[in-house]
Amino acid sequence: MSVIYLLISVSIFVAIGFFIAFIIAVKSGQYDDDYTPSVRMLFDDETKITPQKNISPTEEKQV
Amino acid sequence: MTEQSCFHCGIDIPKNEEINFDEKKFCCAGCKTVYEIFSLHDLTCYYDFEKSPGATPQDIQGKYDFLDNEAISSKIVDFQEGNTSIVSLNIPHIHCSSCIWILENLNRIQPGISTSQVNFPQKKVRITFNSEHVSLKSIACLLSSIGYEPYISLENYETGKNNVDRSLTYKLGVAFFCFGNIMLLSFPEYFEIKEFWLDNYKPFFRVLIFLLALPSFLYSASGYYVSAYKSIKSKMLNIDIPIALGIIVMFIRSTFDIVMNYGGGFFDSLTGLVFFMLLGKMFQIKTYSFLSFERDFKSYFPIAVTRINSDTSEESVPIYDVLKGNRLLIRNQELIPVDGILISEKADIDYSFVTGEAVPITKKSGDKVFAGGKQIGKVIEMEVLHSVSQSYLTQLWSNEIFQKKVDQKHKTITDKISRYFTPILLLIAFTGFGYWIFIDANTAFNVFTAVLIVACPCALALTAPFTFGNILRIMGKQKMYLKNALVIEQLAKVDTIVFDKTGTITTNKKSNIVYEGIAISDENMILLKNVLRASNHPLSRMLYDFLPETKRIKIDEFEEITGKGLLATAENKTIKIGSAKFVESKDLDDSEIEKTALHIKIGDRYFGQFNFQNQYRDGLATLFSTLSQNYKLKVLSGDNDGERVNLENILPKGTELIFNQKPEQKLEFIKKLQDEGQNVMMVGDGLNDAGALAQSNVGISISENVNVFSPACDAILDANEFSRLNYFLKLSHKSILIIKMSFVLSLLYNIVGLAFAITGNLLPLVAAIIMPLSTITIVSFVTLMSNYFSKSNLN
Repeated sequence: MSVIYLLISVSIFVAIGFFIAFIIAVKSGQYDDDYTPSVRMLFDDETKITPQKNISPTEEKQV
Repeated sequence: MTEQSCFHCGIDIPKNEEINFDEKKFCCAGCKTVYEIFSLHDLTCYYDFEKSPGATPQDIQGKYDFLDNEAISSKIVDFQEGNTSIVSLNIPHIHCSSCIWILENLNRIQPGISTSQVNFPQKKVRITFNSEHVSLKSIACLLSSIGYEPYISLENYETGKNNVDRSLTYKLGVAFFCFGNIMLLSFPEYFEIKEFWLDNYKPFFRVLIFLLALPSFLYSASGYYVSAYKSIKSKMLNIDIPIALGIIVMFIRSTFDIVMNYGGGFFDSLTGLVFFMLLGKMFQIKTYSFLSFERDFKSYFPIAVTRINSDTSEESVPIYDVLKGNRLLIRNQELIPVDGILISEKADIDYSFVTGEAVPITKKSGDKVFAGGKQIGKVIEMEVLHSVSQSYLTQLWSNEIFQKKVDQKHKTITDKISRYFTPILLLIAFTGFGYWIFIDANTAFNVFTAVLIVACPCALALTAPFTFGNILRIMGKQKMYLKNALVIEQLAKVDTIVFDKTGTITTNKKSNIVYEGIAISDENMILLKNVLRASNHPLSRMLYDFLPETKRIKIDEFEEITGKGLLATAENKTIKIGSAKFVESKDLDDSEIEKTALHIKIGDRYFGQFNFQNQYRDGLATLFSTLSQNYKLKVLSGDNDGERVNLENILPKGTELIFNQKPEQKLEFIKKLQDEGQNVMMVGDGLNDAGALAQSNVGISISENVNVFSPACDAILDANEFSRLNYFLKLSHKSILIIKMSFVLSLLYNIVGLAFAITGNLLPLVAAIIMPLSTITIVSFVTLMSNYFSKSNLN
């Protein structure tokens, strides 16, 4: 049963790991702006399409 | 013809002014240019996220010249090392996802920019750029040219980098970490099963729990010890004293229990309590980061102005360096930063920032112009009379009300309760101790600590934060933005409401134009409209917009005589529009002089006059008559009493009207009312109300555009919601009622807990059940009640 020492210690260490991750996240300012990232996240896909999408209008303009 | 809206900015395109480009319709050349810039850099995605997201770029010629001044730009830049600079710019136009997208792709338009990041709630963009390839000025100009004009004011110049206070987030994180882990480790304690292996490991669990409780006890709860200590020092019993007492006693008793092996202690309740109370604190703090409640004139005044040196060269100088006798150049839409004398022939100055007056005032050469006005139209020159700090308007800020940080002016409702709560609690604890000491000393000690633990007024302390936090959000959604939760309590105490007139109960968006005189025929109307069309004077523009649409005719001759009016010829008729003296060559009697009016003469015939009156806000009369049932109402105005009769007709009887009030006099007026023992709410709008807003118990600023303009105050109300002021006042009363109800509820829980404690039966398990149960009941009760009241009809 002494394995419980090991298990509990591991669980505490995992918890501490997450706790440190939280502190780092707060420190780096991730919690200062909780709106913009949610919008920005949706942009990445759009930007990839952009080049193909915009070839035609630019060509049209040259005509 | 159906109305078309502009592809870029979405406003309706006036007939015949439509510009077609790339198969899209634009309202003006400005919008078209922005589209061109975007399509040139493959950024037309901008229009995909949101329909017509843009703004028409404003004329900015020369506006940002001051950014070339090294001393000024270094104050604005956040960080500079080598060639890399970082700057945060405030852009009021940021309003949708398209804005975020385009501003974060600035590097595709301007190569010197490496990255840019938008903070949407604060309406700010943070730009990292290479100062060798691109200057701050060209970034500002680029942003303006695409319709995102940055807002740079004197405030940017003075304040350094402000550090964000994140300590509450850390404390909450620590408290949650400790609480969660202790809860898990406490499970064996809850099931008191006499099982061999669980009993065997009990010391191990308990030591871990003790260690985990330390950060929560020492760090997370530290704010309560400080607050309790301060309140004892100032001899005021606030709610933090019983809380701090409860936490400390709980910790000592639990440590004692563990060391003596009496039981598991109350560490689970302790950390839970700390966590829930911090959560309440967090919930109460609702900041509108895009709004500022601390604004003074510095937020509106420019950083620099253009000075004309004696050798006629122009130079941008910080406005603090402007001295008496200097000559300044003020461009279109620029703010006049100091008092002075106009040198140019004429100027139209818009004082809406200061007084809320909608109609610009025309000044002639030699007239005095006051700081705070905005020049509209041509470039003007002026000579400085006073430096910035000595100008008429800015002197207001030397009043002591702006100097001292106003401490808590009143006791909160929670503090009032706790003044009785703490002594009663101590009395019960000692009585219990006194009773049990004759029976069993050990139990006496247990009872004493148990009373302090269970009576720890956590539910009581949570009531106000959760109620106010929720009300704050509800009001925010309805465009009433409160500075903090305390304002709600103060709102509920108000018994006198003082309104500013111009700009507050009148709107500065539009003027009401009334015609007095003989009827104008259709032909004459066409003449009138076409003459006005040629003029750029603000009054002409307003009248032009007011008159019905007509066809266009050619004007043969046109002359604009400064300070007098328009003289034009068309279809062989002479048309005169302007002041009475100019049109009729007669002097005005006194009653006429107070009105802003345009007189009309066509041919030899005098027709009449168009009067520009203040337009009162919609629903004003209804609002005042409902408010007058419960409050004393007063109207303060900086203007002369030309509107007195008109106002007396609209407003209910008994409303006191006071005219000709200077900014300092408004402040004194509020002070006098307060000395008479009244709780005054001031409703104002312009910078001239700033003193009165600061002095009053609650200062509400009415704003047409909440992002850009509002003087320092306790609450900002969107001008469109003005007629609902009564609703917000009623809601604040209801929230106090909710708090009182839930106080009763939480006291009931305390009585149940005390019954356990006083009889010496408080087990850790009982404490662990009662504590979260009371918290959950209270939180859900106040949330439900405040949502119910906000939806019910309060009028």
